Amino acid sequence: MSDHHHHHDHDHSELSETELRVRALETILTEKGYVEPAALDAIIQAYETRIGPHNGARVVAKAWSDPAFKKALLEDGSKAIGTLGHVSRVGDHLVVVENTPQRHNMVVCTLCSCYPWEMLGLPPVWYKAAPYRSRAVKDPRGVLADFGVAVPEDMEIRVWDSTAETRFLVLPMRPEGTDGWSEEQLAGLVTRDSMIGTGFPGAPS
Amino acid sequence: MNGVHDMGGMDGFGKVEPEPNEPVFHADWESRVLAMVRAMGAAGAFNIDTSRFYRETLPPHVYLSSSYYKKWFLGLEEMLIEKGYLTREEVAAGHAMQPAKSLKHGKFDLGQVERIMVRGKFARPAAAPAKFKIGDRVRAKNIHPVTHTRLPRYVRGHAGVVELNHGCHVFPDSAAMELGENPQWLYTVVFEGRDLWGADGDPTSKVSIDAFEPYLDPA
Repeated sequence: MSDHHHHHDHDHSELSETELRVRALETILTEKGYVEPAALDAIIQAYETRIGPHNGARVVAKAWSDPAFKKALLEDGSKAIGTLGHVSRVGDHLVVVENTPQRHNMVVCTLCSCYPWEMLGLPPVWYKAAPYRSRAVKDPRGVLADFGVAVPEDMEIRVWDSTAETRFLVLPMRPEGTDGWSEEQLAGLVTRDSMIGTGFPGAPS
Repeated sequence: MNGVHDMGGMDGFGKVEPEPNEPVFHADWESRVLAMVRAMGAAGAFNIDTSRFYRETLPPHVYLSSSYYKKWFLGLEEMLIEKGYLTREEVAAGHAMQPAKSLKHGKFDLGQVERIMVRGKFARPAAAPAKFKIGDRVRAKNIHPVTHTRLPRYVRGHAGVVELNHGCHVFPDSAAMELGENPQWLYTVVFEGRDLWGADGDPTSKVSIDAFEPYLDPA
């Protein structure tokens, strides 16, 4: 149905074919008693408000501040995060990988869009799109350049392709000049991309 | 299957273009699709591997020209029709016309929302000891199943090293085809960039995949 070229006197909302099909599907699922629309609203609201990179940022800031937590986090990400009541709950199989002066980590899902939702929210479009998925494994430095990011020429770049139900979160290096900062201040420097490995945390201003 | 979804190492897709201040959804319908997929999966209409397989089996030109949530929508609609939860006539009419098929976990209502905010568990008891240990050299099998697999093409035939053992997990190759969970040992296997991409590959890069034991031979 291509509505754009026709006049619909009874309908000025200019709904696209996709919108109409999605609405129709929801109507059918609701009429058949499979789903409750209010439950769909609640799912959407959770991803729009509660679940986002602020969760991962708190974990990173805690790891920067608390060596025992960092050790536990690198040993078993799910278990360590499970001890933090204030962060959204995380499922099993989270692996946290640490950036060091010798190694930079980057996460991709070449086959689809696997991403640590509980830590970072829903993935951005670029993460799910062909340019990133195709090139991250073959030309990681080229991909980093697309983000305006460069790592030293002799530094190892490790790309984690999320091909199973394990999920990966990058623990970036703590920025210089943040001695004595509180976890809350530190969390403010942690960017989403720094936890994917396509960026760095902000610098203290 | 050797589909266009298996993109690792392909050329020609251009630059990565991050969108500043990207919204969570770009249109309301995208959010409805996400919610319907999560809800119907949680209600037991399909498992996560089957839903991936339905997206992968979209015709290549459709896969490549559809936005992310459009692919989710197309995969969801077709999967629900093929699994008997709705009919093509209902889709055409935009209304229910047939009795509902019962869902394994019942209607997805408000009371179900919190339980899907935590990811499902995919670890399962092991039926046999692990064949490989950390540090072992392994080779990704040269296999080309026409059904769902999580062994990307770019590692097939190449040797790498077992770095992590994640325990036994649901085997997507079986689960996607609704042949049972068939749990298998899961390892992180790391490959040298130059082994994968040849002499022109970045000598400082290493790439790992998470590989189920049936994907691997000793090397």
